[in-house]
This record gives sequence, structure tokens and C-alpha cells, in this order.
Amino acid sequence: MHPASSVILFTTSAGVGYGLLFLLGLAVPTGLIPAERWLGLAAMGLALGAISLGLLASTFHLGHPERAWRALSQWRSSWLSREGVVAVITYVPAGIFAIGWVVFETADDAWAVAGLLAALGALVTVVCTAMIYASLETIRQWHNRWVVPVYLAFALMTGALWLSAVLHLFGPGTLWSDLLASASVLLAWGLKLVYWRAVDGDTGISTPESATGLAAFGTVRLLDPPHTQENYLLREMGFRIARKHADKLRRIALAVGFAATLIFSALAVLTSGWPAASAAVLAALSGSLGTALERWLFFAEAKHSVMLYYGDRAA
Amino acid sequence: MTSLPANRPERRLGLVIDLDTCVGCQACVVNCKEWNTGGYPAPLSDLDPYAAEPSGAWLNRVHTFEAGDGAAGRTVHFPRSCLHCENAACVTVCPTGASYKRAEDGIVLVDETMCMGCGLCAWACPYGAREMDVLGGVMKKCTLCIDRIYNEHLPEEEREPACVATCPARARHFGDLADPESGVVKLVAQRGGMDLMPERGYKPTNKYLPPRPRRDRTGTTGAPAALENAAPDGGFLGWLDRALSR
Ligand code: SF4
Ligand code: SF4
Repeated sequence: MHPASSVILFTTSAGVGYGLLFLLGLAVPTGLIPAERWLGLAAMGLALGAISLGLLASTFHLGHPERAWRALSQWRSSWLSREGVVAVITYVPAGIFAIGWVVFETADDAWAVAGLLAALGALVTVVCTAMIYASLETIRQWHNRWVVPVYLAFALMTGALWLSAVLHLFGPGTLWSDLLASASVLLAWGLKLVYWRAVDGDTGISTPESATGLAAFGTVRLLDPPHTQENYLLREMGFRIARKHADKLRRIALAVGFAATLIFSALAVLTSGWPAASAAVLAALSGSLGTALERWLFFAEAKHSVMLYYGDRAA
Repeated sequence: MTSLPANRPERRLGLVIDLDTCVGCQACVVNCKEWNTGGYPAPLSDLDPYAAEPSGAWLNRVHTFEAGDGAAGRTVHFPRSCLHCENAACVTVCPTGASYKRAEDGIVLVDETMCMGCGLCAWACPYGAREMDVLGGVMKKCTLCIDRIYNEHLPEEEREPACVATCPARARHFGDLADPESGVVKLVAQRGGMDLMPERGYKPTNKYLPPRPRRDRTGTTGAPAALENAAPDGGFLGWLDRALSR
């Protein structure tokens, strides 16, 4: 599948924002993070900014962005619609929670409820995003039970990494948030390895023989394609990345997103003062970059069943 | 409304495509483009149609496959367009309500005034039956020529899809696949009509007729086993043959 930069920016950036919102919505009402104005402004500004940037980016590739509001109408059947609805609704408790924190410097009572609801909204939105992909049976690398856990884990990881960075920059930093960041790095990439192993071993259920109904005659090979130039289908779904490049890119994603991020976040735990703060920021940056690479691969390695009509052997 | 009709449509209009007789001439492809670029509701646009790398939205594509090897093998021309599935995943994924399946005849359509051009339905279709109209910014697909089959301004015999009307090999048949008396249903029963990718459960309405089995032994045709002797020994022809052979 074509790795459109708008969709990679959308899922990565919204993942950062929702991960961060989820943690803030839980940690501030429970008193793990103090309800201080400047910290709130930075943390909620970052969370809502990343979410809004992501949602905005998701409209870039639309043929008619001005009709995007219509996407809120079909939540009964469509995961994309559900995602839109939950994303919009989540702004309400998130906004109230932000006002309580930044304006009134409190996260008690009703403000606490708003925080918890915002955390819930963040969680459900990421599940919906993942389900857009996981519900597509036509793409076996997406229609896989590890897709939702991986999306959740990466949102948690990038959210925790940025939380740790923000706490270091606007306060003394806290041990629990640094440890959470390191642990989420292990969790996210551990799940990603499980996912890669699952999709590598999955050969699919369809073949050119079942796609054409010609199995009785033997192996089916494409003799003449139906058009001489690329069409929408080939541009959108025929994107392929050579196996050896995919392996190399997986290693680069692991080096940047996992190894470097884990080292930086461990340094943030072990040091203090400005070295810890810079390590936490570097961890957040490399973790986000690694996530964008992971997302790029999620698209580039995915193959659509229509390619059976264009020479693929399995889907 | 992108939920599928609650009940199975009573009429299920669709195509039956004969892989035995299709000659791969692309006439249906061209006539489909011709009708749909001029008809309802907006052109089927092309990008750089006169440049070296033209590209555009087409609703019907004909591939050519080789199946099997040697004497048992076949070259099969294979038209591919929307199959108007009963379990149309392209419809249920649509977030805007632009994609829908009609309860009255099972035809799957896109309302181009509502489509936001997200492309998700094209991802959801296993058969690659939907193509984005890049200039129009909306998704295009086979409409089964609803603007022909119900068009009272056309003479009755022309009320069939453009691809069916134009096929010189009579490889395309249109009708109601829910009506046991219809010609298409009989054809499917007679020739063992099949679903594409049945393992995926989309339940296509359109059926494909497999190539007929190869006929090795043709039996006697009534022709003489050998040709007539051109140089008989006697008679006028014999004399003529000798005279001319000299
Ligand atoms: S062939 Fe594709 S576009 Fe047509 S109804 Fe089936 S899933 Fe939808
Ligand atoms: S491209 Fe149009 S018809 Fe297809 S899913 Fe998006 S809004 Fe619906």
C-alpha cells in the first residue's frame, strides 16, 4: 500500500497526542502530576496540538476536504466514521480538563471527571484508528489481531516519552514517568516484533487461481496487463518494497525507535538536571521518528488482494 | 446510509461474463468509458490523456491470463469490474454515506455529491473495482448503467449496460440473478457459473462462466478420409492430366 505522508503524519502525530492525553487525564486527577498552570499549558498544548495537527493532516489527502464533516454520519457501520465521532467528542472533556488545569489550577471533582473522560476518549479514538486498518480483510498485513495492540502500545510509548520530556522541562521530572517511558518502549517494540513474526508467517487465503476461478486449468499467470500505464489501483495498492529493503528498514526502525530511544530514556532515569532533560527530549524525538518509520513500513509492507490480478501469487 | 439493506434484495441485477468466448478485444472497456464519461453525473476524467503517461479512471478492465501449461493450458481474457457484492465491504466502510447498496435491485452506487474522496472503499474492495477520479476528487465505480437500464428515453432493446450492448463475442449477459426464470440464471446453471474469490465471502452478484472443456475428439464430420485422386488413370480427366503433365 502506498505510504502517503499525510496518513503517516496523521497516525503518528495523533498517536503522540492521544497517548499524552490519556496519561495526563489519569495522572493529574490522581495527583501524580501537580495541577500547575505552566506545566498544564505545555502538556495540554502539546497533546491537543499534536492531536489537531494529526486530524488536520488526515484531511490533506481527501478529494473533497470540505465534505469531511460528512464522515461523522456513518458511525453505525464505518470505523473511520467512528474514529471521527470519538475524536470530536473527546475535545469536549479534554477542553474542560485543560481549562480546569490551566485557568483554575485544579483537577478535582468535576474537573477530575473531565480528565478521566478525556483519557477514555483518547483510548477509544486510537482503537478506532487501528480498527480502520484491522477491519480491512483485503490486506492481510492489516487484518491481523496484533494491529490494535500495536497501535495502542505505540500511542502509549510516544505519549509516555513526551510526558517524561515535558515533566523534565517544566519541573524536576519524576521517576515514575521516566520508568514508564522506558517500559513502554520495551512493550511497543516487543509487540511489533510479535506482529512482524505473525505477518511474515501468514501466506494469505487467496491466489490468482481463486481470484480468476481458473484453478482447474493449472497455475494462473498474468500474460497481458489491462493497461499500459499506471492507474489509481497500482499507485495506491501496487506500492511494493523489496524484501531486502524492508528487512533493512525494520532494522533501522529498531535502531532508532527502540535501541536509541531506550538508551536515551534510561539516561533520563539515571541522570538528573539538564542532562536528564536533554536525554528525555532526545528519547521523545527518536521514539517519534521510529514510530513514523514503523508506520511507513506498516503501509509499504502491506499488500492488497487486487494485486492478484496483476501478478501477485498470494494475498 | 452505508449499512447494507436489511433484507436480501428481491431483484439482484448483475452480469454474467463468459470466459470461454471473451476475445479480449477491449470493446466493453471502451464503450463503458464512452458512456460513463458522457453520462450521469460527471465525466470520468483522465490525467494527461495525450501525453506519454496517460492515466485515468475506468470502470472496467480486461486482463489476459495464461492458465495451465501445454495442451491443457488456456489463454483467458478476463474482464474485471464491480461485482455488486451482497456483502459489499466497500459500502459499510464508507464514513460519509456516499456509498450505498440499493435495496430494490442490489446495485452498488456512489453518491458523488456526498463522497469526500477518502479512498477507503477502494481499499475495502477485494477485486479492485473502484477507481478514484483524481480530477473530480470522488470515487467512481460501475453503476451497471442505471442510466441506461431504466432509461425510458431509450428504445427497450437498448436498455442494457453499455458493455453488454457492445460485446461482439456475446460474452457479456445482463439480467436478474435472483429470478430463477431469467436467462442469466439458466446460463449460470448450465455452464457452472462461479464466484471470484469465494473464500472471502463477499458473495458477488456477477458470475463468471469458466472456459468450456477442450474437445480433443471431434468424431466424424462426414468428410472423405483422403482427397480425390488428381491423376486418375483413365477417362477424360486422365487424358487431360497426361496431356498437361507432358
Ligand atoms: S466488487 Fe468491490 S466495489 Fe463492487 S460491490 Fe463488491 S466490494 Fe464493492
Ligand atoms: S471515497 Fe467516497 S465513497 Fe469511498 S469511502 Fe470515501 S467517502 Fe465513501
